[in-house]
Amino acid sequence: MPEGITTACYIVASILFILSLGGLSNQEKARRGNLYGIIGMLLAVGATLFNASVGNYGIIATVVAVGAVIGAVLASRVKMTAMPELVAMLHSFVGLAAVLVGYATFLDQTHPLEGAVKTIHDVEVYLGILIGAVTFTGSVVAFGKLNGMIGGKPLTLPGRHLLNLLILIACIYLGYDFIQTGSQTSLMIMTVLALLFGIHMVAAIGGADMPVVISMLNSYSGWAAAATGFLLENDLLIVTGALVGSSGAILSIIMCRAMNRKFISVILGGFGSSNGNGAKAEGEQGEAVAITGTETADLLKNAQSVVIVPGYGMAVAQAQQTVSTMVQKLINTGVNVRFAIHPVAGRMPGHMNVLLAEAKVSYDIVLEMDEINDDFPETEVVMVIGANDIVNPDAENDPDSPIAGMPVLQVWNAKDVIVLKRSMAAGYAGVENPLFFHDNTRMLFGDAKESIDSVVQGLG
Amino acid sequence: MKIGIPCESSLQEKRIAGTPQLADKLIGLGFEVAVEKGAGSHANISDQEWTDAGAELVAEPDDIWQSCDVILKVTPPTTEEASKITTAKTLVSFFWPAQNKALLDQISSQGGSVLAMDCVPRISRAQKLDALSSMANIAGYRAVIEAGNHFGNFFTGQITAAGKVPPAKVMVIGAGVAGLSAIGCASSLGAIVRAFDTRPEVADQVKSMGGEFLYLDFEEDGTGEGGYAKVMSEEFIAAEMKLFAEQAKEVDIIITTALIPGKPAPRLITAEMVKTMKTGSVVVDLAAEQGGNCELTEPGEVVHKHGVTLIGYTDLPSRMAAQSSKLYANNIGHLFDELCPERNGVINLNFDDEVIRGTTVIKEGEITWPPPKPAPPKPSAAPAPSNKEVQAPEPVVSKAQKTWGNLLGLAIVIAAILGVGSVAPKEFMGHFTVFVLACFVGWQVIWNVSAALHTPLMSVTNAISSIIVLGAILQIGHGSQIIVILAAIAILITTINIVGGFMVTHRMLAMFRKD
Repeated sequence: MPEGITTACYIVASILFILSLGGLSNQEKARRGNLYGIIGMLLAVGATLFNASVGNYGIIATVVAVGAVIGAVLASRVKMTAMPELVAMLHSFVGLAAVLVGYATFLDQTHPLEGAVKTIHDVEVYLGILIGAVTFTGSVVAFGKLNGMIGGKPLTLPGRHLLNLLILIACIYLGYDFIQTGSQTSLMIMTVLALLFGIHMVAAIGGADMPVVISMLNSYSGWAAAATGFLLENDLLIVTGALVGSSGAILSIIMCRAMNRKFISVILGGFGSSNGNGAKAEGEQGEAVAITGTETADLLKNAQSVVIVPGYGMAVAQAQQTVSTMVQKLINTGVNVRFAIHPVAGRMPGHMNVLLAEAKVSYDIVLEMDEINDDFPETEVVMVIGANDIVNPDAENDPDSPIAGMPVLQVWNAKDVIVLKRSMAAGYAGVENPLFFHDNTRMLFGDAKESIDSVVQGLG
Repeated sequence: MKIGIPCESSLQEKRIAGTPQLADKLIGLGFEVAVEKGAGSHANISDQEWTDAGAELVAEPDDIWQSCDVILKVTPPTTEEASKITTAKTLVSFFWPAQNKALLDQISSQGGSVLAMDCVPRISRAQKLDALSSMANIAGYRAVIEAGNHFGNFFTGQITAAGKVPPAKVMVIGAGVAGLSAIGCASSLGAIVRAFDTRPEVADQVKSMGGEFLYLDFEEDGTGEGGYAKVMSEEFIAAEMKLFAEQAKEVDIIITTALIPGKPAPRLITAEMVKTMKTGSVVVDLAAEQGGNCELTEPGEVVHKHGVTLIGYTDLPSRMAAQSSKLYANNIGHLFDELCPERNGVINLNFDDEVIRGTTVIKEGEITWPPPKPAPPKPSAAPAPSNKEVQAPEPVVSKAQKTWGNLLGLAIVIAAILGVGSVAPKEFMGHFTVFVLACFVGWQVIWNVSAALHTPLMSVTNAISSIIVLGAILQIGHGSQIIVILAAIAILITTINIVGGFMVTHRMLAMFRKD
């Protein structure tokens, strides 16, 4: 195939990828967007396969077939509550692939390079492997944390900032050495250091910051692809990598804003341990008043307007179907029911929306924080299902609180608030929530799914 | 232990310090309950209901005072009753220790204990046993009903075939529990309700009950300790009197509930103001017992002066005996939850419990009133919607500073690009152009992505970032075995990623639907 046609295919694929991401601006166009992405990918891979320098078609066919089957099985089996884990795992694959391609290029000495071109090439190899390795182990640790295989608590080694700094300095030195001498040892030591750094970085980040970590790794996987693109002088890889990199970066920014946290302080980690001090335990917190499922049902039945605030607890209890049933019953009796979604509810951006969509909740009653925050004073009943920090009034009222300034859903302005919770334990941020002790708050203790089941029965 | 509920000795008092529901609850906590025959007859409770609940009916009041360890009452005891509170006996009632010093000394000398329902600390945990609030709520409601009884017109405005009726205008002074209850009741009857309070932060509460808050053109916050009001400056009082004088000419009903703890009630409605009111207007003075907010009210009486009906009843809760007995009994029930946490039928005056400490005025002969002052509540303890001002101070960044920050960032980016351009070869700059433009396009496109679709966004970007497969495909044709192996692994995992990413995105997007 002439090189011109290959390049043309790459341009079309780039456009299709951009359209694919652009399509996600609303739900109607999103499905078409996904289709664009698939076509773009087929086009790019197809054009590459007809390239003169490609051989070993048998191996390619075999591994592609195996990979496709594994991918298809994963995608069709995964539970929607486990989406964050799947995404983290897929990120790790991109990172690993970047490392492998980087090494393969390094070992390929068929076209000896000289001067500035060689330096640039070496820098590209080095950076590609560095970013890829960090993404790989970082994503693996994130996967483990989300999966529960590794505890959600941040790992805070003594002198961890110093450790990170030393790794950084070592990587710079090794990079210099690698470019000067082309030493394979330097490259391999750097790879090991980068792998360790990825583990350490994500291990130090607390469970509540997971949405930021996932978005950040998403961004890294893009940059890894872009670095590989430079390495192979392939514009399509560069474009795609840049798109994905920006996308992840923007998501990280959105998540950080939603938590009023500086990106850098999330990365430095340790949230939820050092700040969650016992100072809040002092004084009279008041008493939480419990409520039963039947009483909750009565409150809901007699309300005009109900807002439901789901959190990670709903995902853990797999309660989305039951919630949907309850909402359907309420809507049928003429109650105005809506959902309020905080940007960092759940463990990854948009997690709650996906769960509610799975449970067939119509997306036009699922609203974002800014859309619904002003409506709480006119709301009669708010149901908080397994959420804590995102409805904590201390974020607005207590300047000393570790979560001060974080935008929160002002559920306490509603007439009645029902909080579904397993126990009185503090949220991920380790901060007490005075909402539970408000006069208009009632606690419905127990597993979210069982609690809502009892409410559904109460609704008759 | 045995708990006794005698009839109230005062003939005016229609309330009773218990209900069959309370008796049932106390028996559940392990106590025995004895009730005087005929107790609760004014509150629509029959003797049969008491026995049904498991209480023992006693004909002689003396038997109750003799045989029971704990006596429940509403009003403070008479001297004669107090003489029966001896060692090991406990009285639970309203007690007003500040006004009833003699009773306090008497019971103390006899070695009895007293829990005063009017001394329950005003903290959020104790709200469910705050009998003063329960009674104030009833008094506020009843004040409106009494006013309606003497006011010869509708509350609600109506347009009838016979002609138009304007709505009644009601002014409520003091938006405490009683005031808010009156506002709610009057506005639900259809009246136009205005309310005034020296504490501006209650404006939201007034509005929430359907009233209109009257603001003064004067800055002074009247919030005192424990949510009560404090004495205001003279200038403030002058401004407030002017407001009342204006309103008096206009409104049909005035309900005053202004009280300052430990002080005589402030004079807010003068004889002059009453004279300017419309004939047929009504003033209900809930502070009549403490001297009255209105100059002309007579405690306990209804009088007509200058064509205005002035109601000075001091027993409004007693006039709704069934309701107030129920709420009072509920308050007592909550108190016993605190007193008997082990449900073993024995009360425990645990002074480590702030609520019990505050409520107990005599413990086994020792006067424990007034209680030590609790630490003042932290500002964060009462997060109210109106507390927006105390939000964490946001870093103040002026627009100009932001613009400069943006320009600086842009300059750094440009410098970096120039730096790269000065050393890099030509081919590299070509790719670099593509890279920078692609970042820019990505930046513009992604901000438009709906927040609800962030998860599909991540999975689809995941799939397309596996475009890295192209690199592996190009390398696999290479002769070296190790490169082929590395490339084959890379192709395998990226294929998993591509297929898995697109499929799971498709699965998710298919679920989003609109009814």
